[in-house]
This record gives sequence, C-alpha cells and structure tokens, in this order.
Amino acid sequence: MSWAKHKIFETNSMVLLVGILVVVSIGGIVEIAPLFWLKSTVEKVQGMRPYTPLELAGRNIYVREGCYLCHSQMIRSLRDEVERYGHYSLAAESIYDHPFQWGSKRTGPDLARVGGKYSDEWHVLHLKNPRAVVPESIMPGYPWLAERRLDFKDIKGNLATLRAIGVPYTEEMVENAEADLKAQVDPDGDGAEALQERYPKSQVRQFDNNPEYISEMDAMVAYLQMLGTLVDFASFDASGPNLR
Amino acid sequence: MSRPEIDDVTGVETTGHEWDGIKELNKPLPKWWLWVLYATIIWSVAYWIAMPSWPLVADYTKGLLGYSQRAVVANSIANARAAQSQYLDRIAATDLAGIKADPDLLQFALAGGQAAFGDNCAPCHGRGAQGAVGYPNLNDDAWLWGGTLDDIHHTLNVGIRSGHPDTRDNAMPAFGRDELLEPAQISDVTDYVLSLAGLDANTEAAERGKEIFAEQCAACHGEDGKGDTELGSPNLTDGIWLYGGTRDDITDVIRNSRSGVMPAWDGRLSPETIKQLAVFVHSLGGGQ
Repeated sequence: MSWAKHKIFETNSMVLLVGILVVVSIGGIVEIAPLFWLKSTVEKVQGMRPYTPLELAGRNIYVREGCYLCHSQMIRSLRDEVERYGHYSLAAESIYDHPFQWGSKRTGPDLARVGGKYSDEWHVLHLKNPRAVVPESIMPGYPWLAERRLDFKDIKGNLATLRAIGVPYTEEMVENAEADLKAQVDPDGDGAEALQERYPKSQVRQFDNNPEYISEMDAMVAYLQMLGTLVDFASFDASGPNLR
Repeated sequence: MSRPEIDDVTGVETTGHEWDGIKELNKPLPKWWLWVLYATIIWSVAYWIAMPSWPLVADYTKGLLGYSQRAVVANSIANARAAQSQYLDRIAATDLAGIKADPDLLQFALAGGQAAFGDNCAPCHGRGAQGAVGYPNLNDDAWLWGGTLDDIHHTLNVGIRSGHPDTRDNAMPAFGRDELLEPAQISDVTDYVLSLAGLDANTEAAERGKEIFAEQCAACHGEDGKGDTELGSPNLTDGIWLYGGTRDDITDVIRNSRSGVMPAWDGRLSPETIKQLAVFVHSLGGGQ
C-alpha cells in the first residue's frame, strides 16, 4: 500500500528529482531566506561607507593574491580574540563586501582591524619581504606589488557592477571613480577634498612613498589601512537589539 | 492485506518490493538506534524552546534561557576585568612613578605590558624590543622623543606622525631631493656627521661640513649634534643609527630625509594597557 505511493518516486527519476529539490530547499528556506528580511540580522551602525576606488582595487589584489587563505577578517565574539584584535566583527562591517573575506583559516593573524595598527612603511617592507621586519614570519613575500603599476582601467565598471548588486555607490561616485582613485594618492592635488566628501574617513597620502606611479602596493596598503576603521564604536550600542 | 511473504533461504519477512526478481528483506533498524533518533528529535524541540532558534517575520525566537553569544563575551571580559580590578583600578588611579614604586603594581604592569607588547608592538620593534632598521631599539639609552616614563607614555598615546591630533611630529628637510644643498656640501656634512660619531671621516671635508652643519642642522640637532628629545631630533654622536651608520646610509638620510611613523594607541588600547606598556618599555633598560 505504502509501497504503491513510494513506487511513483522510485520509478520516475524526474519525480524523484523534484521531490529531492522540494525537501532540500526546506532547509534553505528556513535557514537562509529569513536573513534577508530579519531586521536584527545587520546591526545599525554609524560610519559604514562603500570602499573608495583605490581601496577597492587593493581589495581586488588581496583576493587575487589569495590573502584570505591564511588571513581571516572576522574577530569572533570570544574574549581572547577581542583582547587581541579589538571589538568583535559586526555583520554591518561586511555589508559592502562581495564576496566577504571572513575566511576560515588563520595561518597568519586576523586582519579585520589591522587598519592603523602599523605604519604604511611597515606594510610596504612587510609585503615585500615579511622577514625584513618580523624575523620569525612564515608569510611569503609579494615584492611585485611595489613594482607593478596598478591597472585601474576597469575600476568604473567595477563600481557600477557593485552598484547593480546593491552597494550604494552614487552616480557621482561611479563617474568619478578614476579621478578619486588618483586623488587618494595625491594629497596635494585638487581631488582630495572631493574624495573625502564622497568617502568620509578616507585616508589620502602616498602609501608606498613612490610618487612616480600608482602601484599595486599603494592600493593594497590603502585597503589594509582602512580595514575595521569605519564603524564608530563610540556610538555603537552593544546591548538591546544588538545583543545576539 | 496479504500476509507478509517469508524468504525461503533466510526465513526473514520480505518488504514485498521486487526489483528484477530480487526481493528486499525486511530488516528494521536496531531498536537502540531508533531510540537515539527519537531522543535527538525530543532534544531539538527542547532546544528550540530554550535557545534562540526560529526566524520569524521581524525577529527570531529568543528562547527561554535568553542565551546570547555577545552577552557571553561581554560577561567574560567583564569577569576578567573584575578579577584584575584590584590592580587595574589602582593602575588607573596611580601615576606612572607611583606604579613603578609599588612592587605589586609594578609586577602586574610588567606582565600586562609584556603581553600587550607582544600583540601590538613586536611586529615593528621586534619580540625582544631590539628594533630594526627604521624601528628604534627600546633596550638602549637612546630616545628620540625622551625616555622618561611620561615621555614614553605620551609617545604611546599620540604616536609619531600618526594622524592623531596631538601627534609627535617633526620634519627634516630633504637637503638633496629638494636641492637645498649641493651634492658636494652633502658629502661634506656626511663627513662631519661621521666625525661627530667618532667614525672614519675626511678631516678636511668634515671641517667644511662643520660650517654647513652649524647653519643647516644645529637648530634641531644642536651645536654639538647631541639632538633634542623635545624636538625629536636624534643624537648624532652616540653611534646609534635608526637608518644605518654607513657613509651611504647617512648621505641618503641627509639627501632624502626620513619620516618614520608610529601609530597612536590612544583609543585602540585601554588607558590602563597603555600605562602598563609605558612601564614595561621603561623597564627594558634605557628608562630615564
């Protein structure tokens, strides 16, 4: 009797396939879908903004070089992590990340709040040859970052793409992507003010101390130096709805 | 309903399912296994009630126990703080000299300072605070911005060229790059600086360099080249070189200048931690 009903599934592969899809998607619907509408998923914070074009270019290099394979960007809510790295990471801090760089393996330290922890010069030395500043380091060197000119001809398209999937870049930001990228390494130029107007808290300076050209190192260090620096924790209330 | 069919060979009931003439024996799961399954189902229902679990329209069910990982970490940090409060509260209330004078507090500050140093300072200054090219050795007697407890504490708080509003800051001109001195003059000053440190130098050139030094360099480095911790200008006579002590290194600094950066720790580390760090660094050997 029960076999007769079950026989429909076991003897028709398409019916079985549809049946599997229905059953499996229940898990997804229950576990994933609510995250898109639950207001408590992402904390309300002050200070988050999309990446500047230079930071975004640096982030692309971070992904290209596979930094996420050894470095996480996720300070977990555990005492030892908070004491070593700073405030635990918030969901709100990853809202403009596509894809996020949380990572799941720490051969090196977590980088979620590395911004401002070391000097630009240290980052440049360290990226070229980590043993130059940390003798016991096992990180590989990335000396080509300092030599290669940053290829940013598609940065405008990059911003437009991110905009299409929900990052709140304005028309103005997309239009000025290339100018903003150049302005961020030119503290004496005219564009710095407009850049900081569009992207509050953006840091404008020569990151690799080589004014001849914009290198991949400039972008990489600009990205590293802003990590974890945007959210204003003085105004963040860790209790109430944010206590989860 | 027909009676279950018994398999001839094994004497076990079949399920009645037949595939190409092969029949399936009816071998139910062991009872203990089934009971474990039922137990996990009951556990999961209890878990839903007790713990945060089900997503709803605007929020999720919080559970009767009100568990929150963020509350757990806030608690464990508060507990750790409370366990150390007999020291931390006194460190917060005592000035640096007082911490140094109290053996109990000193011991605590040295241990805490060492831990914080490993997490935050060692990447630049080295695990043993021995420094590296561009990053000062903290064990010796040479201090760019002063080696008293208060000097060290202030440097830790505001950093050097850090972007902090009160940061310690100075700038040496790039005498070569900005064409303030002729290459020959830079060479002469290099000889004079070498001679100040008691290194091999061309005496004649050093004599010429001395005049240039008095005009261009003495305002910050002092007439005698001994520097000034108020200005952050290094002592050129002590044989300790942040960017190397060869002729080429010194020429390079005169030509291009250097401006190292130390981050400000104010706001990043707690005031008590920064105090402990100041005491720890002061204790390393060169504290004044």
